Amino acid sequence: MKPPPFEYLAPGTLEEALAQLSEHGCEAKILAGGQSLIPSMNFRMVQPAMLIDINRIAGLDSIRRTGQGGLAIGALSRQNKVERDPLVAQHAPLLHETIPHIAHPQIRNRGTVGGSLAHADPASELPVYAIARDIRLRLRSAAAERWVDAQDFFQGMFTTALAPDEMLVEIEIPPMPTGAGWSFQEITRRRGDYALMGLAVYIELAGDGTCSAARLVYLNAGDGPQRAREAENMLIGEKPAAELFEPAARVAAESEIDPFGSIHATIEFQRHLARVLTVRALEIASTRARNGGIA
Amino acid sequence: MTANLHSISVTVNGQSFQREVEPRLLLSDFLRHTLELTGTHVGCEHGVCGACTVLLEGVPVRSCLMFAVQADGASLTTVEGLGDDLDALHPLQESFREAHGLQCGFCTPGFLMTLLPFLEENPDPSEKEIREAISGNLCRCTGYQHIVDAVALAAKNMQRG
Repeated sequence: MKPPPFEYLAPGTLEEALAQLSEHGCEAKILAGGQSLIPSMNFRMVQPAMLIDINRIAGLDSIRRTGQGGLAIGALSRQNKVERDPLVAQHAPLLHETIPHIAHPQIRNRGTVGGSLAHADPASELPVYAIARDIRLRLRSAAAERWVDAQDFFQGMFTTALAPDEMLVEIEIPPMPTGAGWSFQEITRRRGDYALMGLAVYIELAGDGTCSAARLVYLNAGDGPQRAREAENMLIGEKPAAELFEPAARVAAESEIDPFGSIHATIEFQRHLARVLTVRALEIASTRARNGGIA
Repeated sequence: MTANLHSISVTVNGQSFQREVEPRLLLSDFLRHTLELTGTHVGCEHGVCGACTVLLEGVPVRSCLMFAVQADGASLTTVEGLGDDLDALHPLQESFREAHGLQCGFCTPGFLMTLLPFLEENPDPSEKEIREAISGNLCRCTGYQHIVDAVALAAKNMQRG
């Protein structure tokens, strides 16, 4: 199908875009990579009166080290560029591992990091990553700027903390301490399809080998990225071991996620996948953590 | 709805075009209906099938997931830019013919435009790399095996130059 008519603006600067957004925010949508927005418009599931195309704004796609040793990534960075960036591979290995799971190579050539986060599809990969790594998001409006933690940014299905006049302009990823381990796992019916189930795991081990931090965050498991806090707490203070992973995975899969089921996977099957993938991800993450963060 | 027109200039297969377009015109429809370059095929119109893949500044993208107005100033390559004459096929097209990499041919332009930059970047790909490269293109005829064979053959022929 074809999208209904709309007004099209292509600002050349961020200031211009923010001014347009403050004037038209409620009826306008920002067009970044368009790889979710345009299919939704083709299906006429969304019919914005106006698109503000930010693709001609320079400087929104930089990738750089922060003073704290983390990474800052501009919202308009194409997923394909992030996937291939050596700084990302070195300093944000979980992001490097997550991105190839997003759709297909041609989609990642257009799709942006910020667009995927702002779209907040519960079945998408980057929101799960964002919470697993405690990233911060920089939101700008014509009048102000604020930082929001990933945990507070996602507010439900396709819903975020972004106000109508705000634009996501950058994300900041904290540094990886030594003793950090990570894994991203998902099951799709075909390469590039939406996952039936998936999760990002991030852990940190203290000097004595016990787990000092843990994040288990699931996609397609509820109306947004789902954290399994009880399972995380079962890991804290313990040395990662197979005897621990199975019960933690069971708690996460059976009582902490809330999958909807679909024609392709019953709720029971999604819970089964969550349990199996959790054990798999924890094994990989703990091995990496013990090996000093070597992938 | 005639007022809302934007003037755009694009270069397609080395030739410059200037046209007036409505913002909602998809790049795929612009190529097919406005420029009458019907080699680019349209399958699903939501980014799943890959039939409409073209090169935007040398990078494969879905032309159904871009508006023509966004391509203003850009350089595009479509399947017509490969070899539009049976006597002057591109080695990649020649390999598809030789290895039976197509049956009905509907998906073929998308495969070719996906594979062209892939083979430039990976002149000697493994079977796994080939399958990963074509993961975003659907073919309902071949079962993919002959397409994979065609890509391997193309890699060999293109290396030989």
